[in-house]
Amino acid sequence: MNSLPLLSLIVFAPWAGAVVLAFVGRHVGANANRTITLVSSLSTLVLAGVALASFDPSAIGYQFTERHAWINTLNVNYHLGLDGLSLLLVLLTGIISPLCLLASWRVGRCPRAFGMLFLLLQGAALGVFLALDFFHWFVFWELSLVPAFFLIKIWGGPGASRAAYQFVIYTLAGGACMLLGFAALYVATGTLNFTELAQMAAAGELAPKLATLGTFWPQVVFVGVLLGLAVKVPLFPFHTWLPPAYAEAPTGVSMFLTGVMSKMGVYGFLRILWPLFPEPLHAAAPCLLWLALGGVVLGAFAAMKQTDLKRMVAYSSINHLSYCLLALFAVAGASKPDAAAAALSGTLLQMFNHGLSAAALFACVGIIEARSGGPRGLNDFGGLRTVTPLFAGFCGIAMFSSLGLPGLNGFVGEFLIFRGVFGLAPWAAGVACLGLLATALFLLTFWQRVFHGPVAAGVAAFRDLDRVEFLTLLPLVILMFLLGVLPQIVIALFNPLVTAWAANLP
Amino acid sequence: MNLLPWTIYVSFAGSFLALVAGARSAAAARWTALATAVAATTLTFLAARDFVPGSSLQTLVNVPWIAGLGVNYHLAVDGISLTLLVLTGLAATAGILFSWNIEERPGEFFALFLALIGGVYGVFLSADVFVLFVFYEIAIVPKYFLIAIWGSTNREYGAMKLVLYSFAGSSLVLAGMIWAYAAGGATGFGLAQLAEAAVHLPFPEQVAVFALLFTGFATLAGMFPLHTWAPTGHVAAPTAASMLLAGVVMKLGAYGCLRVAMPLFPDAFLYCQPVIAWLAVVGIVYAGCIALVQEDFKFVIGYSSVSHMGFVLLGLAAATPLALAGAVLQMFSHGVIAGLLFAVVGRMVYERTHTRRLADLKAMPLHRLLPFAAVIFVVAGLASLGLPGFSGFPAELSILIGTWQENPLWAVVAALGIIVAGAFTLRVIQVSFFGTTNLAAIAAAGNHPLPPITRAEKAGALLLIAATLYVGLKPDVLLDWIVPALQSPVFQAVMKGGNP
Repeated sequence: MNSLPLLSLIVFAPWAGAVVLAFVGRHVGANANRTITLVSSLSTLVLAGVALASFDPSAIGYQFTERHAWINTLNVNYHLGLDGLSLLLVLLTGIISPLCLLASWRVGRCPRAFGMLFLLLQGAALGVFLALDFFHWFVFWELSLVPAFFLIKIWGGPGASRAAYQFVIYTLAGGACMLLGFAALYVATGTLNFTELAQMAAAGELAPKLATLGTFWPQVVFVGVLLGLAVKVPLFPFHTWLPPAYAEAPTGVSMFLTGVMSKMGVYGFLRILWPLFPEPLHAAAPCLLWLALGGVVLGAFAAMKQTDLKRMVAYSSINHLSYCLLALFAVAGASKPDAAAAALSGTLLQMFNHGLSAAALFACVGIIEARSGGPRGLNDFGGLRTVTPLFAGFCGIAMFSSLGLPGLNGFVGEFLIFRGVFGLAPWAAGVACLGLLATALFLLTFWQRVFHGPVAAGVAAFRDLDRVEFLTLLPLVILMFLLGVLPQIVIALFNPLVTAWAANLP
Repeated sequence: MNLLPWTIYVSFAGSFLALVAGARSAAAARWTALATAVAATTLTFLAARDFVPGSSLQTLVNVPWIAGLGVNYHLAVDGISLTLLVLTGLAATAGILFSWNIEERPGEFFALFLALIGGVYGVFLSADVFVLFVFYEIAIVPKYFLIAIWGSTNREYGAMKLVLYSFAGSSLVLAGMIWAYAAGGATGFGLAQLAEAAVHLPFPEQVAVFALLFTGFATLAGMFPLHTWAPTGHVAAPTAASMLLAGVVMKLGAYGCLRVAMPLFPDAFLYCQPVIAWLAVVGIVYAGCIALVQEDFKFVIGYSSVSHMGFVLLGLAAATPLALAGAVLQMFSHGVIAGLLFAVVGRMVYERTHTRRLADLKAMPLHRLLPFAAVIFVVAGLASLGLPGFSGFPAELSILIGTWQENPLWAVVAALGIIVAGAFTLRVIQVSFFGTTNLAAIAAAGNHPLPPITRAEKAGALLLIAATLYVGLKPDVLLDWIVPALQSPVFQAVMKGGNP
């Protein structure tokens, strides 16, 4: 037990910033509001650094745990804990969030309200990554929808209202299914604590307890929890809310949605679904594997057909996140510890890498959009490479990172996933290659149409990156190179954890 | 503890004083009413501080009243009634704050309002069914006048429909009460005495009497398909009256089911359980779907109340310890949240824009014209759709868990209701306050500012929001009262069958 409630600080520091904005923001200028927001947002990175300094990667259990009784009637605790997986995502949130704010620096409309909602969102995402009790976790899970809804609706594009509504209704419906699943779990076990439930499942006690619910109700519980998480990631075919939501959201928010919020779903799969339901997941894996493949292949092909750059990047997110799920389902479906360790390391690394590259791509599309004053079609531009060489360079690096060029970060994660999946379900790895191919095609099309060719009308006057935009992209590009060459600095955080998971496969 | 009966007397005294003060000036009437409501609430809080949660009704007053019938003026309290007393105090105080601008016959308005509140306090404190019934009727009569005189849209129709349903419901209750008393040969109308007598009735007769009592009370709780009075009544009523109607009066019905109908006839209740539960879940989903397509802002909230009361009835019907605790928590939660929603719609929006048509509101950038109201409505809406962190969530979670223990299918359909609630709440938030977000429309509307939100409105709104948040984050404050009360033998019999 640490005397300083570090994890609570991580979660609540952004919210404290939101409170400061609420009271102070009205009396100071727009830039002061933006600065307060940015500083509060940076707190995550700083505190995650503190956690990293005293984090013991070789320990497999939770560290820095905080546990207090909360609601006795429902046996609910205030319970936070951190392991390699959580730390990875907290770090990712800490890196992405301030960059999202930099990308939104020029949002003119109500910077105070924007900042408050954004900090609320950031805190909620952090809570999801750290809470270990369903009740506690679900508070953050659902709460994150509210600021996201308003950020998309008010600051978004022309179709934002519909997109925001669709996004929230889909996720709320998934949340209700999950809530029902956990209500049933409570009936069967009397606890809502993830760690306790996972221990029961590992000892083989959970399944018989669930079986007391009745003949087919255990399956209903599994499907309920699965649906809640599948909508969030999203798993094909529950993805239809994503392209409009990502495309209509303002740049900084799209970056956060894809960089951090989509990880909430994958995190849920790893933290909740897999440990609690190993057997049902094993049984469902062949079927789910097809769905993940659907996301990989169809996501990439759909991206290829897009003429709106932002929708293209949105579909590519579906493709990339489906790799994570593909690897997880392959691991759950076959019991080969060796390949499983590679696949799981790949999943975790891919979560981190996708956060960086997708956020960078959305930032780039946002920069183009800001120059053109709205249009962001694939065919609206041309020859940007000569007009804005620096921007073209950064954007090119982000693209190559996204399509997995060796030497950049994306490659390592995808390589590990393919290496693992090949050992577990070779045919799935073969089909997924189609997705790789299509990804290369659409990203290169993007590159060619926008940056090469004759300089299109109106493009000649485009400015190159200014200081804020440069600062937004630079950290991402540095990390892409760094993790491409030295992936072990991230892998070291979760390697013992993943090895333990793989070793404990049934 | 003996402070609690004074909530009733203070309210009736305040009612009289407000009438007198109203003849002098509107301000005098307002302040009298506010002072009364605050005094009663304070008494409740003081009593709550010394309250020792226990499994039995703790008698406050017990004196003979009508000796011939064995009627005693018997007031008692347990954790369930205390929860609802706190709710009544909060709803009454907020209701007066939201009626601050009543200029038409303010004396009569506040007098009737406080009389209603006094009746409600009385119902929640009664341990004698006869006394309970008297207070129940006292609460119904002022409703009619509040709606018929100060109401808006279609007020005569709304008031008449509401009162007819209420009286129909209470005549069923009266019939059931007398049947149990006479046929069972009871020595009095005390809850314990009636329960003793009820045992001696043959089972079919028990079912019949239970059906009378439960239907009578459930009508007032807005049970499908007897709910139709609620939306029209809410829409017709002036803001403060709809707040009380949805916030407190509907709870009288649910409270009657829980306190009178179910404990008197536990076996008959278990026999009717599936019917009640199915009516409740159908009501949850049906009212939610109707709310989804309403074109009048207030009708949306009216139907949402019916949907949320469905959760209360489902919790009662499931009758497991968690479900019952959840039902009582949901009564509190819905009382606070519905009050808040009606306050925003009726007072903050309608009295400024003079329209409740969603199509008209959509054209106004209300989130810029009334930013405070927008924030409050968003918070209240989120609380209403069961967002974790607000009081509705622990309540609905407890009801879902408790219901699953009894019958998973009911829980599944009720969860469908949660999704529908999400859909209609978001739709109404989206259309009413955020219908127009483009900057040109906002600039144009800036030329026609609406009157700003007054201090009284802000105080009322913050009071209710604080209540829902506090209970949402710390549901144990109420559950620690409610759960021990459910340990009492009478409720144990309801849960398990058999006689106490």
